[in-house]
Amino acid sequence: MPTPTKGPRLGGGPAHERLMLANLATALFEHGRITTTEAKAKRLRPLAERLITFAKRGDLHARRRVMTVVKDKSVVHVLFTEIGPQYAGRPGGYTRITKIGPRKGDNAPMAVIELVEPMAEQVVAEATGATKRAAKEKAAAAPAAAAEVVADSPESVETEVDAVEESVVESEADDSATEAAVVAEDAADADADEAKDES
Amino acid sequence: MPVPKRKTSRSNTRHRRSQWKAAVPTLVVCARCKEKHIAHTACPTCGTYAKRRVLDV
Repeated sequence: MPTPTKGPRLGGGPAHERLMLANLATALFEHGRITTTEAKAKRLRPLAERLITFAKRGDLHARRRVMTVVKDKSVVHVLFTEIGPQYAGRPGGYTRITKIGPRKGDNAPMAVIELVEPMAEQVVAEATGATKRAAKEKAAAAPAAAAEVVADSPESVETEVDAVEESVVESEADDSATEAAVVAEDAADADADEAKDES
Repeated sequence: MPVPKRKTSRSNTRHRRSQWKAAVPTLVVCARCKEKHIAHTACPTCGTYAKRRVLDV
């Protein structure tokens, strides 16, 4: 159980704080990630995590306890059917708060509070990360054998690439030279015309 | 109702105001985009914190 909050409530009164935190929790479970001020995010975290613990329990009594805070029945349904089971193997710590700096206008420190592993995206990201790590470990495990073979090949490839690039540059230079010559001729003609006019 | 007896002298005003100072924020270099940003905060340029995407930039 989190420590009760000391000091003044958010929003001026206990009832107002309860309402604001309930709305924030509803928005968090609906969207998976919300941007709010740091103070509100810090107050929201214990409440949201307690609600998720109820969702993990999953019985009717827990559902009624949650319904006293989150009034939206569809959000509670999502919480109990999707979010709760998703955290079955996680002993707490279901949310993450990341600071994103001060807000323009009133300079209030802002934060993003999100559900850890929101739905399927992060699972995919973690899986790709794991495969990358595995590949790295494999590469680190067998560098000694491959090192000699690799050492010869890249140089030859590089020299070929250099040769191609040089030829390209030369052809471009030729083009620009011809263009310059044409321009010079035009300029010479123009000068000649001007000279005629003057005479 | 109590009111100040004397006008605050220019000297006192200026002494008081000389203590108004701006604090330098702690800046760190972003590991991803090499831009400077406030410590322990998501980088506003590339929107990441601890290699994790936080903001849509």
